[in-house]
Amino acid sequence: MEKFISHTGTGVPLRRSNVDTDQIIPAVYLKRVTRSGFEDGLFAAWRNDPEFVLNQSQYKSGTVLVAGPEFGTGSSREHAVWALQNYGFKAVISSRFADIFRGNSLKGGLLTVILPQESVEALWVAIEKDPTTQIKVDLDSRTVSYGSTSVAFELDDYTRWRLMEGLDDIGLTLKQTDAIDSFEAKRPDYKPKTLPIRI
Amino acid sequence: MGKTLAEKIWDDHIVRSAAGEPDLLYIDLQLIHEVTSAQAFDGLRLAGRKVRRPDLTIATEDHNTPTLDILKPIADPVSKLQIDTLRNNAKEFGIRIHSLGDADQGVVHVVGPQLGITQPGMTIVCGDSHTSTHGAFGAIAFGIGTSEVEHVLATQTLPSNRPKMMAINVEGKLKTGVTSKDIILAIIAQIGTGGGQGYIIEYRGSAIRDLSMEGRMTVCNMSIEAGARAGLIAPDQKTFDYIKGKPHAPEDFATAQSYWQTLFSDSDAKFDLEITLDADKLEPFVTWGTNPGQGLPLNGSVPNPADIKDAEARGAAERALEYMGLTAGTPLKKIAIDTVFLGSCTNGRIEDLRAAASVLEGKKIASTLRMLVVPGSERVRQQAMKEGLDKVFLDAGAEWRNAGCSMCLGMNPDQLAVGERSASTSNRNFEGRQGKGGRTHLVSPLVAAATAIRGTLSSPADL
Repeated sequence: MEKFISHTGTGVPLRRSNVDTDQIIPAVYLKRVTRSGFEDGLFAAWRNDPEFVLNQSQYKSGTVLVAGPEFGTGSSREHAVWALQNYGFKAVISSRFADIFRGNSLKGGLLTVILPQESVEALWVAIEKDPTTQIKVDLDSRTVSYGSTSVAFELDDYTRWRLMEGLDDIGLTLKQTDAIDSFEAKRPDYKPKTLPIRI
Repeated sequence: MGKTLAEKIWDDHIVRSAAGEPDLLYIDLQLIHEVTSAQAFDGLRLAGRKVRRPDLTIATEDHNTPTLDILKPIADPVSKLQIDTLRNNAKEFGIRIHSLGDADQGVVHVVGPQLGITQPGMTIVCGDSHTSTHGAFGAIAFGIGTSEVEHVLATQTLPSNRPKMMAINVEGKLKTGVTSKDIILAIIAQIGTGGGQGYIIEYRGSAIRDLSMEGRMTVCNMSIEAGARAGLIAPDQKTFDYIKGKPHAPEDFATAQSYWQTLFSDSDAKFDLEITLDADKLEPFVTWGTNPGQGLPLNGSVPNPADIKDAEARGAAERALEYMGLTAGTPLKKIAIDTVFLGSCTNGRIEDLRAAASVLEGKKIASTLRMLVVPGSERVRQQAMKEGLDKVFLDAGAEWRNAGCSMCLGMNPDQLAVGERSASTSNRNFEGRQGKGGRTHLVSPLVAAATAIRGTLSSPADL
């Protein structure tokens, strides 16, 4: 995973709540067996509408998505994270994220930042007033800043460290193989196994 | 202080716990399907890693598979590649797979319980948010993303932050015609799509205990629609009886059962949040909007957004009505339906098919609509045919299909057309979920069957 320390870019205001992962990428786009190429499916249904925010020229180069509450509800598809990343987004800001989507994003290096709804509203207004507004999402200081405004956000130390170091979660866990071995040695025999197949 | 059911299971699975870090949780079972696993296996190959426990892993094909002509090559080349990739990965890594045409193929969350590999006290994951279904057995079961699928394949563990604990008590007795689906739709309407965020929900109370195992699965299945990754129910005699005799039931059943009987929330356990619902007052429920929290009793009318105080909810309701093509004030029972879908991991089990067939028996579906019946698994399909349910559906004018996720997510050819309106026993009424431009009303199998006969949203009492 690429390290995430700080990112500065322009924003895209998505004034909608309950943006579920079926909206972020519909199921028919999930058939690829790679991690790339999902940008075509991003918000596919809404992109038919010329008024949709991603179709407006002033937001074309935005890299920070600023969305309404309950972003990423529904399906566990990590393709939603890949679609946002493949399109060019580096961070998503919302007042509330669904648990699975947030977990997926932080595993994959897409920084999801939780800000109070009033800060999200203020950011929407700022972006809409001046789409070239530079937004800095800084993991080191755990702040989002633009113009003269700076807002702190919370992220646990462990996740922050993993993101800033770009660490591979599996590699970290494999260092605990001894602990896994000894846990397994104590698992009861009645726990089910899928193999050998029983009919 | 006592522990909740979920805390007991969680604590039993901690491989390693360190201050300031997530718990490293042991995973007893991982279920795999074609859509969310390919990139995980690729990751293993790239890093030269193996699957640690193929014997705690099982794969099935369900999400993109056709429900017609299943033994012919899959027509869509991209779907075919995804299926072939799963088959090749299963072979390469030594994982058990139930492919199209196999007696145990089906929707992953229907297959686990029917094989008896879903048992109380387990931790179960799958790259699918409806993994919460397995919580009906008193297990912690939750959906994960593909990176986590890879993590579990490689290590059989998952670093996880301990969730908060919520109890939802459903007390009383359901009226005739009111089902587990109505319970969960009412819960989601009450707490909202984000109400369960960060929680594991334990469903308790007399109305939950009265449910069959399959009814309990329907409730737990939709926990994610309330924002909770997992929902569970304490195991009881019904749970033990359900598992007994299944292929993978424990050989030493008595020892297993004596452990399972310790799995309940202690009387002095503390929940972070408790909610109570009165089962006596519940009615058949239906959604009118584009998220599962936008639901009402079937006797109600399409709400007027102007009556909604919260600005965010008001805006969402306005958008939803526009997308759904509905006018405020219209009685829900006046809404005409084009397609009825009976199936999915929510309501594709044998009891669901029996319930719908009991309404349809000797009747015809309305000439204005089509009805798809898609069993949750091949075993469910076989059982239904043994009972003659296929004939009931076919005689009524419905289509009898092969097992799979089908129109629940419209990834295979079973989709709604633009503007087409469904009454669906599935779990999500999101925009375009069942096909681009399609409009979904979530309902129980009983309401689905009555709707098929009358052509408008209806309950069996309206017949």
